[in-house]
Amino acid sequence: MEFAELIKTATVESVLLSGAGLPPVRGTLCITSHHLLLSSRPGGDGAPGTVELWLLIRNVDAVEKRVQNLGWYQPPRTNSSQRDTRLAGSSGTITLRCKDLKVLQLEIPGMEECLNVASSIEALSSVDSVMMMYPFFYRPQDLRLEAGWHLFPLEQYYQQIATQTSQWRLSGVNRDFAACPTYPPAVIVPAAVDDEALRKAARFRQGGRFPVLSYYHQKNGTVMLRSSQPLTGPNRKRCREDELLLGTVLDEGERGFIIDTRSAQAAKQARMTGGGTEPKSSYPRWKRLHRPLERGRPLQESFIKLVDACNDTSLTMDRWLSRLESCRWLSHVKAALSTACLAAQCLDREEACVLVHGAEGTDTTLLVTALAQLILDPGCRTLAGFQGLLEREWIEQAGHPFHLRCARSAYSHARLKQEAPLFLLFLDCVWQLGRQFPFSLEFGERLLLTLFDNAYASSYGTFLGNNEKERCLCKVKESTHSLWAWLNQPEEKRKYLNPLYSRNALVIWPSVEPQSIQLWQGLFFRWIRSSKYLDEAWAEIQRLVENDDTSVEESAGNRRSQSLSDTAAQTENER
Amino acid sequence: MEHIRMPKVENVRLLDRVSSRKATLGTLYLTATHVIFVENASETRKETWVLHSQISSIEKQATTATGCHPLLIRCKNFQVIQLIIPQERDCHDVYISLIRLARPVKYEELYCFSFNPKLDKEEQERGWKLVDLNEEYNRMGIPNNYWQISDVNRDYGVCDSYPTEVYVPKSATAHIIVGSSKFRSRRRFPALSYYCKDNNASICRSSQPLSGFSARCLEDELMLQAIRKTNPESDFLYVVDTRPKLNAMANRAAGKGYENEDNYSNIKFQFIGIENIHVMRSSLQKMLEVCELKSPSMSDFLWGLENSGWLKHIKAIMDAGIFIAKAVAEEGVSVLVHCSDGWDRTAQVCSVASLLLDPYYRTMKGFMVLIEKDWVSFGHKFNHRYGNLDGDPKEISPVIDQFIECVWQLMEQFPCAFEFNERFLIHVQHHIYSCQFGNFLCNSQKERQELKIQERTYSLWAHLWKNRADYLNPLYRLDHSQTQGTLRPQIAPCIFLYKFWSGMYNRFEKGMHPRQSVTDYLMAVKEETQQLEEELEVLGERLASLQKVQLNDNEVKSKQQDQNKELGRSTSNISLANTPQEYNNNLKSFPSRSPSQGDEEDSALILTQDNLKSSDPDLSANSDQESGVEDLSCRSPSSGGCLPSEDSGKDSDEAVFLTI
Repeated sequence: MEFAELIKTATVESVLLSGAGLPPVRGTLCITSHHLLLSSRPGGDGAPGTVELWLLIRNVDAVEKRVQNLGWYQPPRTNSSQRDTRLAGSSGTITLRCKDLKVLQLEIPGMEECLNVASSIEALSSVDSVMMMYPFFYRPQDLRLEAGWHLFPLEQYYQQIATQTSQWRLSGVNRDFAACPTYPPAVIVPAAVDDEALRKAARFRQGGRFPVLSYYHQKNGTVMLRSSQPLTGPNRKRCREDELLLGTVLDEGERGFIIDTRSAQAAKQARMTGGGTEPKSSYPRWKRLHRPLERGRPLQESFIKLVDACNDTSLTMDRWLSRLESCRWLSHVKAALSTACLAAQCLDREEACVLVHGAEGTDTTLLVTALAQLILDPGCRTLAGFQGLLEREWIEQAGHPFHLRCARSAYSHARLKQEAPLFLLFLDCVWQLGRQFPFSLEFGERLLLTLFDNAYASSYGTFLGNNEKERCLCKVKESTHSLWAWLNQPEEKRKYLNPLYSRNALVIWPSVEPQSIQLWQGLFFRWIRSSKYLDEAWAEIQRLVENDDTSVEESAGNRRSQSLSDTAAQTENER
Repeated sequence: MEHIRMPKVENVRLLDRVSSRKATLGTLYLTATHVIFVENASETRKETWVLHSQISSIEKQATTATGCHPLLIRCKNFQVIQLIIPQERDCHDVYISLIRLARPVKYEELYCFSFNPKLDKEEQERGWKLVDLNEEYNRMGIPNNYWQISDVNRDYGVCDSYPTEVYVPKSATAHIIVGSSKFRSRRRFPALSYYCKDNNASICRSSQPLSGFSARCLEDELMLQAIRKTNPESDFLYVVDTRPKLNAMANRAAGKGYENEDNYSNIKFQFIGIENIHVMRSSLQKMLEVCELKSPSMSDFLWGLENSGWLKHIKAIMDAGIFIAKAVAEEGVSVLVHCSDGWDRTAQVCSVASLLLDPYYRTMKGFMVLIEKDWVSFGHKFNHRYGNLDGDPKEISPVIDQFIECVWQLMEQFPCAFEFNERFLIHVQHHIYSCQFGNFLCNSQKERQELKIQERTYSLWAHLWKNRADYLNPLYRLDHSQTQGTLRPQIAPCIFLYKFWSGMYNRFEKGMHPRQSVTDYLMAVKEETQQLEEELEVLGERLASLQKVQLNDNEVKSKQQDQNKELGRSTSNISLANTPQEYNNNLKSFPSRSPSQGDEEDSALILTQDNLKSSDPDLSANSDQESGVEDLSCRSPSSGGCLPSEDSGKDSDEAVFLTI
């Protein structure tokens, strides 16, 4: 497929661009394979154009077009009249609704151009092949392709655990993705269980996702495992290896908790389709807790309804609150945080091991395991630690199907397939943690926004594909740049740091009362409200903290110059 | 003392409102001024003090299964205390005593008449002079060519709820004023509230005219004309009626009503629908019920919040303020504001508008002046609205609470615009109800004068001013753009900007609030920077002199500096301690199930002590040795004073009254 075939009109002159909070600008619109550009010419002819818009077409979620004929008369239907029609003032407006929730409007002179532009953008934005995505074409000069891809190897994480206990081993059972197509080649499993048993246990779990170690709680040596549902089915099948695997995790007399992210009812129903839960009789030392979390289509619909309400400027106070309530987004935030806290509580307070799973083990499971780690482990709350956490619990090690889940955002009219904003829900929960503990996360809101944007449309390969196997097939690590390489450049990194951060070694237990959970305005109202005054406040905070640091440095410098003068004095004395 | 039937009850349990499973055992004391609960646990002996005047209701609840007697005390500062008293008799005695103590019948019974901060007469007097309204009108540029002070109300001869000194147009003669006053509810004639010297536009306030269906009053018409003429640039005057149109029309039947545009020359009449005190009272009531819900779901909460209508009302008040500020600042048009009697909605709206218009009112001192001007001096009925003395419960309404919330909502939108912080607002609200200081006693200036408030009580403003370091907003900077000129809140879309204020309405549920205070941290950083800069200067000087004499003993000094640095950080870095909350609620089905029964398909298993090996009776108990109890208020340097939030800490001022 050639991109050129999809582009019906490559440039249009005199297009008016407008968006919320921006003064409208007129300029030349260009459509390239991956971008939409609009450049204005402030000076006369020959003056260099200013680029007003540089939009990744993948970011476009929905294209709405409206054409109107502004002419005074109905033009005669002859061939030659087409040009006249245009002169008479027919024009069209294209509304671009983006995945990052931004809304842009393009007013395009000429009905035909307008329709061409719209269909070109539609076609380009629906290219679904991973290999055709922009990251495979993006070649920034100051980054090396391989940088950032191997920052957080699981081996390193395993080594940390190995210094504390010998109960776990790194297994290569999934070397060729044979045991589980959505797991990475290396996984951490109980040392007492051999690869053959793992293979058998994998066959007893949906998608082959047998229980693997997700987190080792250094404080007391308890662990959090994650998996998919067991395939007990209507006949209540059992699997000795799976039982053995979970059995060896617990020491003599210990009990563990299975947190099932489905309701007891849903888990029971899953048996009809071959799934199910761990029955008490076969896993006597594991206590099952059901904490239903929303997923899939209802979650996507919740997201759509929320964004819809946020964009509805005609709402009164009452209607707004009831729309906020009925979309249920904040309920999902509360439920996710509560469940993560429960998992954390089991590990930290009850000193018990935990297994988390729902059905497939690639969505709500990860939401819970990732959040629980952020709550428990100060190491995950640094910028680098958080990137590592994302790699371990969402991307590389966990196989969250980003390509499917983030194919469309809240505006798309396309029929929903497998889209669900689980990653956004996670980011929202992280934001809530940051709000309740403003000094405890090394990174700020801006990082979370950037991650959201990149998960849905990116120049980088980090969020491409659905799992490690797919990324290997597409050679993502060889042919695209890593988001982390870009983020971790010193001048870039600075933007994402929280100036108030100071390492907090304690567990951060958030409040999950409704009074403590707020709508994330920075995301949902990013393009709607002006954040000028809040940005100013942020700058002021930065100024205060940095002032403090510089005066400390100055005094240190002063000390340095003092000691210099001291030595100078000494040498003089010696002389 | 004669009202205290039971000065001390032992073995009382104080329940934690968030976690009902948490309770502390202790002793309850009733004193002349406070209810005090002292924990038994010997290492903490935590004390909870509640002023009688803060109590808004006492409720005896149904006897528990174990034969104990719960008593629910709701406070005006939104604290809710649930006590469980073992003996029925004791419970009843406490109940009866509190009913009486919480509803004093004479002003003299109020706390401010016995409160003694150990200041001498001179300090007391100076405290009262901290806020001087004449000075304030001078600051606005008054008197001038158009405005003058009038003594028409000396001895409260014209209007007994107005101050003796009122500012009116120069051209309004005593005859006009008196005539106009007779045509206004409770004789509250139009008087100046705020004057903008940049463009001569002003905000005046009054009560509704007694126009009925057709009545007219020449003097009143002349009065409005005089006001319009104080602003020569503008050819009309806005008359803003802050009531819903329907309410205003209903008033006409009672011989009251609103201005007829045809009778007054060059006015533009405008309704801005703010509901009356009864609607507001029940709205707050509904919202507090939501706050009190035991582990509500997100939907319960949002639905309840919407149903209460509270934020809608807050927005209505703010919208009215924004309208007036816009008229004055942008159109240069003067505004006359009234509602019915002109002491509730009018006070809210005038003060919101002033706050938006003039950066001075966004300073700590200016805010005190604003409350003194628009609320205290113009006869806002503090006693009736906040139920200081036993009275008609239908008169009670959270009028000033709403204004204070408007300020908070603005603070959230303009974080650098206010010199004071959220704590300041919370403490002002607290003291409006506490009756610990005389400022807000009675219903009018006249009553306060008769009671000789200034001689017999102390001023809150002096107290707050003394502790101002606690109330500063670290982001406030005189040369910042947000501290200049008029504040222009985003108008549309803006509904989502109005948020539930958990810092106020769930003030005592500390676990709900951000566990680390940015304000306190930044304040400490700011102080530290200042200190370092000063020291740097000293060091620089010292170095210069040292270099002359060539001494090398500087090491010591710089070490001290290091220590200072550390000290500053450690006080600012609040202990991050906290404990898990109840993350497993909403599953009420548990107690009815026996733990062994749920083997097969455990439908609603919950994490409880039964299915855990731990013998800790409460999962959420603070068993973590590394984390102490986190309490933001204990950090503030002056918490030894009479900070109102204190459910802990021995308060030197208040302790005096234990002995009474």
